Amino acid sequence: MSTVISVENVSKLYRLGEIGTGSLSHDVNRWWHKVRGKEDPYLKIGQSNDRTSTGGSDYVYALKDVSFEVKQGEVLGIIGRNGAGKSTLLKILSRVTTPTTGEIKAKGRIASLLEVGTGFHPELSGRDNIYLNGAILGMRKHEIARKFDEIVEFSGCDRYIDTPVKRYSSGMYVRLAFAVAAHLESEILIVDEVLAVGDAEFQQKCLGKMRDVAGQGRSILFVSHNMGAVLQLTTSGIVLADGRLAFSGSAEDAVDYYSSKCRPDGMLYEVEHKKRAWTGSQAVKIISLSFPGTSPIFAHGETIVFSAKLRAQTNVNPCRLSLTVFKSDGTPVGSCFGEECIPIKNRETLHAEVRMKNFPLAPGYYYMGVAVGRGNHLDGNVDFDVVMDVLNFEVQAPMSSENTSSSWSHGWGSIIFPTIETIPHS
Amino acid sequence: MPSSLQSLDPRPPSPDSPALEDHWSLTIKPHTKWWDLRLADVWNYRDLLWLFVRRDFVSVYKQTVLGPLWFFIQPLLTTLVFTIIFSSVAKMSTDGHPAMLFYLAGTTPWNYFATCLTKTSNTFVQNASIFGKVYFPRLIVPLSIVSSTIIQFGIQFLLFLGFLAYFLIIGTDINPHWGLIVILTPALILLMAALGLGAGIIVSSLTTKYRDFTFLIAFGVQLMMYATPVIFPMSSIPEKWRWIIQLNPMSAPIEAFRAVFLGGPIPWSSLGISTAMTAALLLVGVIIFNKVEKSFMDTV
Repeated sequence: MSTVISVENVSKLYRLGEIGTGSLSHDVNRWWHKVRGKEDPYLKIGQSNDRTSTGGSDYVYALKDVSFEVKQGEVLGIIGRNGAGKSTLLKILSRVTTPTTGEIKAKGRIASLLEVGTGFHPELSGRDNIYLNGAILGMRKHEIARKFDEIVEFSGCDRYIDTPVKRYSSGMYVRLAFAVAAHLESEILIVDEVLAVGDAEFQQKCLGKMRDVAGQGRSILFVSHNMGAVLQLTTSGIVLADGRLAFSGSAEDAVDYYSSKCRPDGMLYEVEHKKRAWTGSQAVKIISLSFPGTSPIFAHGETIVFSAKLRAQTNVNPCRLSLTVFKSDGTPVGSCFGEECIPIKNRETLHAEVRMKNFPLAPGYYYMGVAVGRGNHLDGNVDFDVVMDVLNFEVQAPMSSENTSSSWSHGWGSIIFPTIETIPHS
Repeated sequence: MPSSLQSLDPRPPSPDSPALEDHWSLTIKPHTKWWDLRLADVWNYRDLLWLFVRRDFVSVYKQTVLGPLWFFIQPLLTTLVFTIIFSSVAKMSTDGHPAMLFYLAGTTPWNYFATCLTKTSNTFVQNASIFGKVYFPRLIVPLSIVSSTIIQFGIQFLLFLGFLAYFLIIGTDINPHWGLIVILTPALILLMAALGLGAGIIVSSLTTKYRDFTFLIAFGVQLMMYATPVIFPMSSIPEKWRWIIQLNPMSAPIEAFRAVFLGGPIPWSSLGISTAMTAALLLVGVIIFNKVEKSFMDTV
């Protein structure tokens, strides 16, 4: 199989903050360095892209030295957390913006589907918009005319084809838009999370269509947060983390890697200066969280233990910890409020051990959000401090009874309920 | 691969075609040579140009009662105001032509140029959302604006022709260069389109970073009209100041347009200079535009 896309050491530098403030002076400075034959002064100070830490530099690498290849007929999944550089990569590949350094070579036309229905005009009829959108995506008029009937049939909008699209329901709009894109004749198709829209039936139809496209020897680059869709569609995958290529391999391995490693990992989470999504009174602040032992892997049914380091700024006595467990794809699994039993005085630092007993978590990858506060869901509660995206851990099938838990399917959810009572009547 | 919908593509790329084997059809690099204008790319997207023109035309008149009639009303009122203020009140020279016809012959081509310039100068900022999602040669957008503005010009031109016919019938002393009309009219339109496009894309490239130019262009175009012989004939300017007006590349086309239809000497030499300036401006414009289009999404 020949290589259709070759990405070599691609980096992208972005300037943070408000554009326009001082950019003229930076431009002049950059020009002055260039005149003297020196390197761009702002390329050096770029930092890697970690959105949670606040760095000193105004310049940040959204992508840093990313290299990979796509073979003909390959469906490549690109996965990574928000801000890992996926969109930047797609934008560079679809020529919306240029890389700062590096080079990309491709064979054949690249059609990108970063958004469904780009350039749709609400006043125009469905028919006109098919032509317009097709042309924007790079089709010639006669190509669209030849495929017109197929597009309309695929979209299922024949009845409304001469109605202005502003009268369409959002579902119809999306169907029509995807139908146009699905019938592109480009050798390389770039798809970004478009399956997030549309109903389940249409999503399956889209996945089927994309599989067809790949079957015809065309290549697809597919970005999604939906690991199910990635596994269903892709043949290989790459994982981006903080703008760097963290992993490259088969689709299954990539998803596994992403689920287990591609989070701020380690056993100790120093969160004192981590950016909070929500800022409470911080009367008591979470300083750090950690798993004891060597690895955050627990057998199903095993008590999950972690410890928290807290510091009080005023006298709040007593307070409690609460936590929410999330699946690796970000779905919340459940929450729990602890007892108000932490005696903590002003300016005191205190360690607490948290034991999660009998959590019926199915085998898989999880992480937590931890809060310190008072009260609970029954009596009303107030949180002093909340940290998200911490304490990644894995639950494995228990060693002893492999035959039951190891065959737990992802589709069954994340909780293994205790049992059911079945009472047969004669 | 299982395929529920059978192969819909009658022309799948053949895996072992030699073209695919050994040459890259596309290279994305941080920098390209400034002379690489990728005009072939623009040609490949010519259908899109036409569809944009159609879109602009259809969408503008949707839900208006008078539709294209609006294009009549605006120049008619402007000309009326000019006639009253500049001719009747200020008693400014119209080179012996009927005032109404003189002003129409000035404002019709000027409006075309001004609309081209103002609209194209917005290209990047106005289309940021679509440019941010998909690639096509960005030059298609200003080109489509210049093309669809021709429709507006055509309507105003008809109005002008109507007045011209009226004055000819009532026996006013007008001597159009009949033989030159067919050649010079499209040539002048092309010249003004190129000038509006060239200046417009330069401004639009600058506005991506420094929004100040948006404000500049709004009243700059208005001021520029007074530095162009739209409401006064070139002959009314003292000989020694005339070069200033002639430095303005729009002066020659306006003067020539008026001369072709109303009679008088055609300023061939200034037309030549204006054409050269336009060509230079357009070239510089396309070069800047091409440089900006590749990364303007980061700054817009």
